[in-house]
Amino acid sequence: MAEGTLCNKKPVNTEEELKALMSDTGGKVYYQELEELEVDTTALWANIQKTLKSRLKTWLEICVHCGMCADSCFFYLANNKDPEQVPSYKIQSTLGEMVKRKGKVDNEFMRMAMDTAWAKCTACNRCGMYCPFGIDMGVMFGYLRGLCFSQGFIPWEMKIGSGMHRIYRAQMDVTTEDWVDTVEFEEEGIQDEYKDMSIPVDKENADIMYTLNAREAKHYPEDITDAAILFNLAGENWTVPSVGWEQTSLSMFAGDWEACKMQAETVYGAMDKLKPKRMVGTECGHAYRATVIEGPYWVGLESGKTPVESLHYVEWVAEALRTGKLKLDPSKKIKEPVTLQDSCNYVRNGGLGKVTREIMSYIAEDFREMTPCKEHNFCCGGGGGLNGIGRYHKQRNIGLKVKMDQVLATGCKLVIAPCHNCWDAIRDMAKIYKLDIRWTFLKPILIDMAIVPDKFKLDDDDED
Amino acid sequence: MYTFVTGPLAWLAFGIFFIGLIVRIVLYMKGLNWKMDRVSYRVNTVYGIKGAIRSVVSWLIPFGTGGWKTHPVFTIITFVFHLSLLISAVFLPAHNYILNQKWGISLFTIPEAVGDLLAMLVMGAVVMFIIRRLVLPEVRIITTAYDYLILFIAVAPFITGFIAYHQIFEYKLWIILHILSGEFLLIAIPFTKLSHFVLFFMSRIQIGMDFGIKRGGMKGSGLTW
Repeated sequence: MAEGTLCNKKPVNTEEELKALMSDTGGKVYYQELEELEVDTTALWANIQKTLKSRLKTWLEICVHCGMCADSCFFYLANNKDPEQVPSYKIQSTLGEMVKRKGKVDNEFMRMAMDTAWAKCTACNRCGMYCPFGIDMGVMFGYLRGLCFSQGFIPWEMKIGSGMHRIYRAQMDVTTEDWVDTVEFEEEGIQDEYKDMSIPVDKENADIMYTLNAREAKHYPEDITDAAILFNLAGENWTVPSVGWEQTSLSMFAGDWEACKMQAETVYGAMDKLKPKRMVGTECGHAYRATVIEGPYWVGLESGKTPVESLHYVEWVAEALRTGKLKLDPSKKIKEPVTLQDSCNYVRNGGLGKVTREIMSYIAEDFREMTPCKEHNFCCGGGGGLNGIGRYHKQRNIGLKVKMDQVLATGCKLVIAPCHNCWDAIRDMAKIYKLDIRWTFLKPILIDMAIVPDKFKLDDDDED
Repeated sequence: MYTFVTGPLAWLAFGIFFIGLIVRIVLYMKGLNWKMDRVSYRVNTVYGIKGAIRSVVSWLIPFGTGGWKTHPVFTIITFVFHLSLLISAVFLPAHNYILNQKWGISLFTIPEAVGDLLAMLVMGAVVMFIIRRLVLPEVRIITTAYDYLILFIAVAPFITGFIAYHQIFEYKLWIILHILSGEFLLIAIPFTKLSHFVLFFMSRIQIGMDFGIKRGGMKGSGLTW
């Protein structure tokens, strides 16, 4: 059986394998090996028979090919209504065909399926809202990604991401020591500016256990600082776990269900150990989707709920503003027109459209909605892991156009994007299409506007 | 021949139709899997039911959803087609006459002229569906021969019935063809894409429960389809 040294059916489980994979710049060798990777058709068919249940089977069977899903898809719109971008076509020609052929497909077919599953669908689930039968092709593409993963047909970065979670329980190589060091370093930084502020690690029975995105620890530690300042300002009894702090799951984008389970279990393990009242996660869409919405099912919790109640960051912010825990200076409200990017993962797929608007009412004087918005919003263009896959940058950049048109139509120069993926997509969009816009998370603007109680202010002697 | 097609064959067709549909519903429900579908159907059922009702009702109302609103012409054709088909099949005086003769039951009936109009609407809608499939690139790419076959199976009873009713050709032959095509349609429903007769509801209930339980329904903000 033709298996490559880097590109094969075996997931990455050791640091050594991961390093070898990462040293292959751009996945050059990896993608060469992919061309030769053999399909284990028996295993593929066995997998399908075991996992393709009535919901998906029925979706594949009863689609009447009406084409109503076409213009629900931002890829279809961004690619000048290319019929090959019709969601029904995309799924029927990949998963539908795979099932029809009872798994007897070749390497070329699998590469086509992979390119479709990652570069023509971000699993934003918008088509599911526009199909009269409720056929959710985002769900089906998620399933297809799992099948592709099991056969080793996944983009290079996705294989790395899945390996990261398997080894570090984080999407990046941040070890427990790295994480705790970062927290301590950031805590010192905060204490240079504020009095009596801290980042408690592994505190038991706190009201809030905060979890985040590994890239904050690795590349954007100011995000951790911001979160810490806001929790302190709001007077929260909070903590971060030393293990189980990572809320994201690139394994979900990769279709690596085993690693998804490991990752969710790690966070739930921290909940069991520290017994917080609630968990609050950072401004990330897929992290919430993975750990709060899907996670309980991967782990096997029949309640469909996390061991302790879990909130997205926007829910915490709305609550803190509503209850007055966090007070903003009304004179600092944003005066210029400002718009809001709805993350598919927690708005369409999490019902949090209302709380984000509640936040906007506290922070913006001229808030302008995009059209469409809330549950009907378009994906930023970089969801489902697409932002991070070099092989598909061209496709991603074309897809960004729909969101760009939406943003420009609002006339706003400022976009609030409380999601890492959306934030990245909008940043790249502005760069590629040379747009005169700015984008931000909520945390920095909240810090600018927050009223700092005197007890946190450094004494004059402390300041230089 | 007439007695055969309205007698044993009718029994058979209705039997297959009803039993077939029940089997489809049961199999669908048996194949639901909370872990695989990632929806806690049994635990958060109340939220699920709320979501399911919302999901089905919104889509049964013309222009009741974003999807219907974005495709106004198709929406009108779709509703006209389905309503005309169901109303004329169930409430046509001639159908109820036979029903009364055979099983001693009869439902409310519509005037024959209305039935005639409905049959024409069904045929007209099918012509529109075919034109759509041929003309629109986004529909053409997903259209298969099977889609045309399904349209033909669905419209055949209306064409034959129209010909028989207006006695355009020999009545005796065309009324039998009408009955046969009607029975063929009944039998085809459980075995083809036409199973959306019930699976539309099952699929809509499922996705409604999915959104009602897992994807935001429990956050209290009702989803606007």
